[in-house]
Amino acid sequence: MKLIPIILILALVGAASFKPLAAAADEAPTTQVTIDGYAFKAPSITVAAGTVVVWKNLDDDPHTVTAVDGSFDSGGLAQGDTFRHTFSKPGTYQYYCKVHPMMRGTVIVKEASS
Amino acid sequence: MKIDRSKFLECMAWCGTGAIYTLAGPGIVGRALADTMSTPLAGKTFVQISDTHVGFHGQANTDVIATFQQAIDKINALPQRPDFVMHTGDLTHLSKADQFDTVKQMLGTIKAGAVYAVPGEHDVIDDRGASFFSTFGHGAAHWYSFDAAGVHAIALTNVLDITAGGVLGRDQLEWVRSDLAGQRANTPIVVFAHIPLYAAYPQWGWTTDDYMELLAMLRRFESVTVLNGHIHQVLSKVDGKVKFFTADSTAFPQPAPGTAPKPGPLTVPAGELGQHLGIRNVTIVGIPGPIAVADETLAQ
Repeated sequence: MKLIPIILILALVGAASFKPLAAAADEAPTTQVTIDGYAFKAPSITVAAGTVVVWKNLDDDPHTVTAVDGSFDSGGLAQGDTFRHTFSKPGTYQYYCKVHPMMRGTVIVKEASS
Repeated sequence: MKIDRSKFLECMAWCGTGAIYTLAGPGIVGRALADTMSTPLAGKTFVQISDTHVGFHGQANTDVIATFQQAIDKINALPQRPDFVMHTGDLTHLSKADQFDTVKQMLGTIKAGAVYAVPGEHDVIDDRGASFFSTFGHGAAHWYSFDAAGVHAIALTNVLDITAGGVLGRDQLEWVRSDLAGQRANTPIVVFAHIPLYAAYPQWGWTTDDYMELLAMLRRFESVTVLNGHIHQVLSKVDGKVKFFTADSTAFPQPAPGTAPKPGPLTVPAGELGQHLGIRNVTIVGIPGPIAVADETLAQ
């Protein structure tokens, strides 16, 4: 009947190890891109893998942040709305605004330095 | 622009209270201020409204519901009940369900033979227009035609898969070709779509990429009137027998082409907003006959 204590210990260890992971997530690097005057500012950014990019729409016209490859899509952002996306894998991600397709942006994701 | 006086007076006689008038038949195309006059009700009529942007709360108009209501009140006060009203898109600002619901309820109070709509890019943001078409559409079709007020009306969608300007696409163009095939050359044709179906100002995306193909199909007709929204101001262009008109919004104006770094809601001095918003009254005088396009601001 040693099974139950072992499970309990595992559960406790699991709980203990979960907390630091959550704290790490909170500390994920964040970069902001503003949407202002029908443009993404800056239109091209380079970030490390794991970075959270936050877009904020300052215009009173709605915009979207939509990946060309379909990997993310903010939906309509009203004035003051934000959209967050975590870029986990290195690569070049092109995006645009579905309402104003001439608005284009790029996120270049590099390997995270250890 | 020179306007022959006799033709000017002839037009004034039945342009009614229009602030800006244009004869889309042979003869004159122009703009003039007109006093309030009695309207002889010489023909059938329809009304175009556009860009109500329900859900917009910006500085350019803090109460778009009130100005939309003013537009509806103007339609309902017309001396002749219009055969139909066409809303040329951007009914909503963000394609939200409650915004579509508000627009549907308000359009339901219009006194007209029928009320139609085509979508703007603001109406198709999250679902490629599924909500719009289920609320205001004609079944599964994204485009349709009907005969009313003595014209053959074609209602098109050019806001899906847009690039910089609008796009009609192969399927829709082929549908227009077959729809027009059954029409006689002297039938007045009226084409509706949200984004201008001509190069109004391509630098701001105020054009439709494949409009030339549509234009080629329209050239055999004696009277073609193309009515669009999107740019929140009245512009017109004549290309042979085809006349293009963009319409005022009921919500907020936008800058004239090239007068600002970017398009977008334009804030005008307090008290002047109504002069920049409006509705469009269209009169068909006999079949076939000239089509009178009269724009009336909400301030009138």
